[in-house]
Amino acid sequence: MKTRVTRAFSSVAALTAAGLVLTACGSSGDGGSEQTGPASFEGRGPITYVAAKDTTGTVQPVIDRWNKLHPDEKVTFIQLPTDADSQRQQMIQNAETKSDAYTVLSLDVVWTSEFAAHRWIDRLPEKEFPLQKMLKPVMETAKYRDGLYAVPASSDGGMLYYRSDLLKKAGVAGPPKTWAELKDACAKVRKLPEGKGMSCYAGQFQKYEGLTVNFAEAVHSAGGVVTDANGTPDVDTPAARKGLDFLTGSFRDGTIAKEAITYQEEDSRQAFQSGRLIFLRNWPYVYSLAQKSKVAGKFEVAPLPGLNGPGASSLGGHNLALSSFAKNKATALDFMKFFTSEQIAKHFLQDASLAPPYARLYDDPALVKQYPYLPVLKQSVLRAVPRPRVVQYGDVTSAIQREAYAALNGGKSSAQALTDLQKDLQKVMGR
Amino acid sequence: MADIRTPARTAVRPPGGTAGRRAGRPPAPAGRRARAARATAGSGRMAALLVSPTLLVLSIVVLYPTIMALAESLYGPKGLDPRTGFISSTEPFVGLRNYADIFGEAGDRFWNAFWNTTFFTVVTVALETVIGVAMALIMHRALRGRALVRAAILIPWAVPTAISGLLWRWIFNSNGIANDLLGRQILWTSEGFQAKVAVIVAEVWKTAPFIGLLVLAGLQVIGKEVYEAARLDGAGPLRQFWHITLPLVKPALLVAVLFRCLDALRMFDLPYILVGAQKHSVETLSMLAQHEASNVRFGPASAYAVLLFLYVLLIALAFVRLLGTDLVGDGGAGGRRGRRRGIALFRRTEVTA
Amino acid sequence: MTGTAKWRHWLLYAGVAAVVAYCLAPFYWMVVSSLRPTTDLFDTSLVPPRVSFANYQAVFDPSQGFSRALLNSLIVAGVTTVLALLLATLTAYAMARLEFRFKRLILTLIIATSMFPVVSIVVPLLKLFTDIGWINTYQAMIVPSMSFALPLAVWNLTTFFRQLPEELEHAAMVDGCTRGQAFRKVIIPLAAPGIFTTAIITFIAAWNEFLIALSMTNKPAMQTAPVAISKFTGTTTYEAPFGSQMAAGVLVTVPLVVMVLLFQRRIVAGLTAGAAK
Repeated sequence: MKTRVTRAFSSVAALTAAGLVLTACGSSGDGGSEQTGPASFEGRGPITYVAAKDTTGTVQPVIDRWNKLHPDEKVTFIQLPTDADSQRQQMIQNAETKSDAYTVLSLDVVWTSEFAAHRWIDRLPEKEFPLQKMLKPVMETAKYRDGLYAVPASSDGGMLYYRSDLLKKAGVAGPPKTWAELKDACAKVRKLPEGKGMSCYAGQFQKYEGLTVNFAEAVHSAGGVVTDANGTPDVDTPAARKGLDFLTGSFRDGTIAKEAITYQEEDSRQAFQSGRLIFLRNWPYVYSLAQKSKVAGKFEVAPLPGLNGPGASSLGGHNLALSSFAKNKATALDFMKFFTSEQIAKHFLQDASLAPPYARLYDDPALVKQYPYLPVLKQSVLRAVPRPRVVQYGDVTSAIQREAYAALNGGKSSAQALTDLQKDLQKVMGR
Repeated sequence: MADIRTPARTAVRPPGGTAGRRAGRPPAPAGRRARAARATAGSGRMAALLVSPTLLVLSIVVLYPTIMALAESLYGPKGLDPRTGFISSTEPFVGLRNYADIFGEAGDRFWNAFWNTTFFTVVTVALETVIGVAMALIMHRALRGRALVRAAILIPWAVPTAISGLLWRWIFNSNGIANDLLGRQILWTSEGFQAKVAVIVAEVWKTAPFIGLLVLAGLQVIGKEVYEAARLDGAGPLRQFWHITLPLVKPALLVAVLFRCLDALRMFDLPYILVGAQKHSVETLSMLAQHEASNVRFGPASAYAVLLFLYVLLIALAFVRLLGTDLVGDGGAGGRRGRRRGIALFRRTEVTA
Repeated sequence: MTGTAKWRHWLLYAGVAAVVAYCLAPFYWMVVSSLRPTTDLFDTSLVPPRVSFANYQAVFDPSQGFSRALLNSLIVAGVTTVLALLLATLTAYAMARLEFRFKRLILTLIIATSMFPVVSIVVPLLKLFTDIGWINTYQAMIVPSMSFALPLAVWNLTTFFRQLPEELEHAAMVDGCTRGQAFRKVIIPLAAPGIFTTAIITFIAAWNEFLIALSMTNKPAMQTAPVAISKFTGTTTYEAPFGSQMAAGVLVTVPLVVMVLLFQRRIVAGLTAGAAK
């Protein structure tokens, strides 16, 4: 209770300072228009860090290191189930009950806006974090309406895995930069005896979050957008249609195998590893696993191709945020600074192969030696376009999955799907 | 068990009321009515004592949240203030709009989920009943290997639903064992009728043993001499099944089927894990409610939950009517029939003991 | 005659084989999958060419806290079962033996309460339990589990009690027993097999409960087995730890089956009133 009063007080102060006038709808109790400026971060003592279960065994030692340095401000690691929906559900439940059980939350990059708009997380002071050292698209995922509500802890970007051995044999000079080049390369590889019966390309097209990722990549790679710079839906455009047409056309002409409509990350990885696939769009995690498989030494990575040149990846990764209902926020802020520092990010890259938000680490020769894909990943992340950053992300991604799936499944033309999607998005976002 | 004694002792009554109901004396209609009145007055207090702990616990764990959900269902989703960018902290009161919406805006999705739920329930429970009864009959007859069969039959049912969902997802993977065995590639987890089939197969596998076990329990109550008598009368196996076995296992079977129906109507984990969320072909009412709740629209989510609740309640009421005579024993002729069977059982017990 | 008998005999065993195959084939696949090394994850050979116990080791890795989770599950499901049976026995006795008003209504009410989707009651319950400080306690998992365990137990026990002849109690009461004594000394022993069957059903239902157990706890030491399984990960976010999930599935299922087998003779063989003696 005390923290809430303090916060309300400080926010009113911030509001007055900003010279805003308070007239909006919410006149009752908590007030619907209360502007949460950077709250005061008071209180020191034990806190919790809430994230998906970690079996790499890298998180607890880092927390232990913190706990050793701060014996009176110990951090307890609360581990949530591995699937993202359960994590989000648990965090929302915690917020709905205004419980102080969770202090620092590890949020998927697409949740920032929703959590910020519901005031489940506090606005953070930008100057406290070395944001300028971070890759810009990654840092953008931590913002809501120009305010910083989270701090990037890790990132992720899609890459094109390709069978370098087959491409070389077929006389293809290098990895394709455009979709047309990709199809050409496939045609050549399939003429080889080894290439008989292979599928050309796959991503993740099952009806789940992965489809949103792949759809957004296709649209962005063709120069389209899902939502424009102001966050307004603008997906019913010729460019977006070219992007979706690449996917639907590929399904029709066999560039993408029919079964890929059931693929999630693991299914597509398996198809690539078992040698059934020439090109695969997937995350960096595949790299080390594929090195241990049948295709070890026979593949390389490249940035995603696009319509007229290199494509644009969607962004993955996690940001740290501070629960509004937590206690000991001063400790929490310090811990967030510690946990998202470059040093710790390097440690997570080395030991858990988590892509860091810090630009410099991608060029570190020792790290590049350990992870040869780092330069490609940096390109991927730098050119990346975040998935729509909207409050109603759950509804937006549902609508995208529904329409994109209908288009891929042949149930709708791409033009119709995009027209419907535009309408759905407008309705969802109320504009 | 100590707590039983108190209500029991306080409720000691002159045995006249119950003694009058002793076996062998078919009660006269008039006497019965009078006795019923007395029994109600006397045993009412005792019944209240015996039943109230259960009702108390249930009202704490269910009634409170249910009423909360009912109230919640009258509120709409919180609005976003475009100026501040914040969601308002109060939910607007919308009355019955969340319910009315099933005939309007949200209608397509709701009715699709409604029919999916109904379809799954009817098909899976019908299949489970047939398979379960067959299992029970086989287990009942089998003399050797009984232990093995009983161990086997328990396994599907004991596997946690989430794990079973994962297992079947891998079996039905596009390159999984199911397609391997079938020799063709069916995309089970994509939208379409095959997804329904996948859910039904997995659900029936898991829950047919539930019915099987309860029916087996019912079967064992039927004495061998009943069959002997039937055979002497020249009844064939099929007639025996229809006229002796089935009527006698009816209460156990109906309770099993009832609980299966209630569970099937609330089916969630299996289609969610096996085929995936937001799939038109397999979305059930529970999945719809969960989807709304996960998008922080607790109002519509609660409304769907309430509607599902009413639907399930209707089914339950139908069963109570069907079962009433066997279970409650207060319905005229049915009550007598129940009692008469009690006598038959009693006699047989004496014979076998 | 002997021809048909023999034929029937074989038919019966074909039936037995079919039932066993039906129940065990998917389970076999579960076991086989749990024994495959992670690199062979997608292999579909019926007999794994290579067998590895790595998945089982992964399950029992101390960081998973799986043994503790099994113990928690045992406590939660065990206490739920015992409590549900205690309360349900009383209620079911009233339902089966006493005449009183609103009986149908109460019976309907009891079953109706078990029907509200868990997703909708979990948030109000969470609010309630947070207020009274029950988060991370066993009772926070046990009490909500009663919402499905109790109706199941009441209904099953009512059928079993009704199947027992009322005359037995009357005889005991004529011999000078009170109603309570007659119940304890005559009905409970006779209905023991029915009670055991009900116990198993309730136990399994409680053992497999997930959402409540997940929501009401946030300490690893308090999580139940299904919650622990949901937290299995591969070494990266996207990697599916299918093998260790299946291994955990085997490890959650087998103790249950063993336990049931231990009770089996009493449960099924003794289900007839006569054999209960």
